[in-house]
Amino acid sequence: MSAEKAKKTVPYTVPIGPVHPALKEPVMFTFGMEGEIVRTVDFAPGQTHRGIEWMGMRRNPVQIVHLTDRICGICGIVHSLSFARAVEQIAEIEVPERADYIRTILHELERIQSHLLWAGVAAHELGFDSLFYLAWRVREQSMDLIENLTGNRVNYGIVQIGGVRRDISDEQRALVEKGLDYYQGLLDQMATLFLKDSTILMRCRGHGILSWDDARLLCTVGPTARASGLNMDVRQDYPYCAYGDLDVKAILPPPETGGPQGDVYDRIIVRLLEVGQSIGIIRQCLGQLPAGEILWEPKMAKLLSVLKKAEGEGIGRVEAPRGECMHYVKMAGKEAPDSWKVKASSYSNLMSWIPMLQGEQLADIPIIVASIDPCLSCTDRVAVTRNGRSDILTKEDLTRLSREKTRRMMQ
Amino acid sequence: MKIPSSFNRSLWVFHLNTGSCNGCEIEIVATITPRYDPERFGIRLVGSPKHADVLLVTGPVTKKMAPRVRRVFEQVPDPKVVMCIGTCGQSGGVFYDSYNLDGPIDQVIPVDVYVPGCPPRPEAIVFGVVKALQKLERLEAEQ
Repeated sequence: MSAEKAKKTVPYTVPIGPVHPALKEPVMFTFGMEGEIVRTVDFAPGQTHRGIEWMGMRRNPVQIVHLTDRICGICGIVHSLSFARAVEQIAEIEVPERADYIRTILHELERIQSHLLWAGVAAHELGFDSLFYLAWRVREQSMDLIENLTGNRVNYGIVQIGGVRRDISDEQRALVEKGLDYYQGLLDQMATLFLKDSTILMRCRGHGILSWDDARLLCTVGPTARASGLNMDVRQDYPYCAYGDLDVKAILPPPETGGPQGDVYDRIIVRLLEVGQSIGIIRQCLGQLPAGEILWEPKMAKLLSVLKKAEGEGIGRVEAPRGECMHYVKMAGKEAPDSWKVKASSYSNLMSWIPMLQGEQLADIPIIVASIDPCLSCTDRVAVTRNGRSDILTKEDLTRLSREKTRRMMQ
Repeated sequence: MKIPSSFNRSLWVFHLNTGSCNGCEIEIVATITPRYDPERFGIRLVGSPKHADVLLVTGPVTKKMAPRVRRVFEQVPDPKVVMCIGTCGQSGGVFYDSYNLDGPIDQVIPVDVYVPGCPPRPEAIVFGVVKALQKLERLEAEQ
C-alpha cells in the first residue's frame, strides 16, 4: 500500500446515528478512528427541532405551559416551572406558599424518576440488563406516585401560572411517605449494585474524563459539572420555590470514593446520592407543608387578563435533573409573549462530549454519551430554513444574528 | 385473544424516534420492562430495522428526519406493520402549527395501527402491539 493511500484511510471515519440502537434520540456523530481509539469527535444535533419557541410566540402563557410540558417528556415539570416562574416575575404574581411546596415535592419526585431512568439506561449501555430491569421496575413505583399526585405518568400538566392545579390530600401524603420509605430501603441496594460491582467499576472508572478546567470552560451544569468537582446547584446558589427554607447542598463525589475525578463513575455516584438527597427534601417538605391556597387566581379569565396586561422581562431558572434550565420571557402587553428563549440543561452539557470521548475506545462511546444524560428534545432549538433550503450557520453568522437580535430587542 | 396457528415466530419491534419529546420513548421502554413484560409473548425491541416485524414510530416527523424515516421503513422486511405511537405523530398534537414538520407520520410512510395519547400508557402500547399482531397474521395469510 502506498503511503498516500494509507494517509487516506487512517483515521477511519465512523458515522453513528441519527438512528442507532445506542442512541435513544436522534443525533448524528462522526468519529475519526485510529484502530479502536477515538481521535476526533463531531456531532450534529437538530433532528428533533420542532420550533417550540416560535409556536409559543403565537399562544398565550397558559397555553404555553402545556407546550413547555412537551419540550421534553422526562423533565416535564422543569420546563413548565421555569417558564411559569419567568411569567410570574413579569406579572408580579405571588405564588401561594403551599403551591411552592407542592412544586418542590413534584420537582424532587421527578428528579428521582429521571435519575432512576438514567441509571437503567446506563446499566443497559454497559450490557448489564438485569440492573436495567431492576432500575426500571423500581422507577415504576415513582411513576405511580407521580400519577397519583398529578393525574399523569408523563407530561404532568400540574404547573399553572401562579400555582399548581392539584392539591396534595392527606391520603396522598401518606402514600408519598410510604413510597419514600420504599425508596430509602431500595437505594442502599442500588448503591451496592452500582458502586461495589466490579464490572461497573472497570467500565466506568477512569473513562470519559472531564477535568475541572474543561467542565468550567465548557460551562457544563448539573451532575456533569458536579462530578468534575464544580460546586454548583441552582437550588443551593439561587434558591427558588421552597428551597430557601430547606437544607440543600450541592452533591460532589465523596472522599470515600476518591473525591471528584470527573469520570463516568463519578457521574453515577453523584446521581445516586442525589436520589437520596431528593428523598430527604421531599420528607422535609411534607413535614413543613403549609396550609392555604394552591393558586394565585383560580379564575382563568381573570388570570389571562392580568397576563395580557403584563409588560417586562423575566428569567426562570431551575435545577433540572440534568442541570440548570433557564427560560427567558419578554411580554409586551399582548396576549402572546414577545420573545421566549429556552436554554435547556443538555445544551450546556453537549460540548463536554468532545473532551470526554477523545482517546477513548469505540465500545466506550455509548456509556460516555449516556453519562451526561443528554436530552436532545430539550436542546434542539436552532434551525434555519431560507428559500426552502437549510443553511448551516457559521459562528460569525450566529454572532452577527445574535447581535442584531439584541439590538432589535433593545429598541 | 386466540393466538392463530400461523403464529410461528416472536414479534420483534424496532423503535424510531422522529423528533418526539421523549415522553413516548420512555413509555415504550417502560412497556418492555418487568411490570408489563411483553417478552413473555416474544415481543422485544431489536437494534436493527432489518430484524423487525413491527416499526414503532414516535414523534411528529421533523423535516430533517423525514428522509431517514423513509429509509428505515424500506429496511424493514415484508410483511411489516407500522405503529404510530402518540398524538403528535397522528395529528401534530401540540406542535400542529410548527414550521419544521413533514408529518404527521402517515404523510411520510403508511401507518397500520394508531395508538393515541400524549404519551399513551404502556397498557395502550401493548394493546396496539396485539392489534399489530392480528394484522401481521392477516398479511402473512394473504402472502
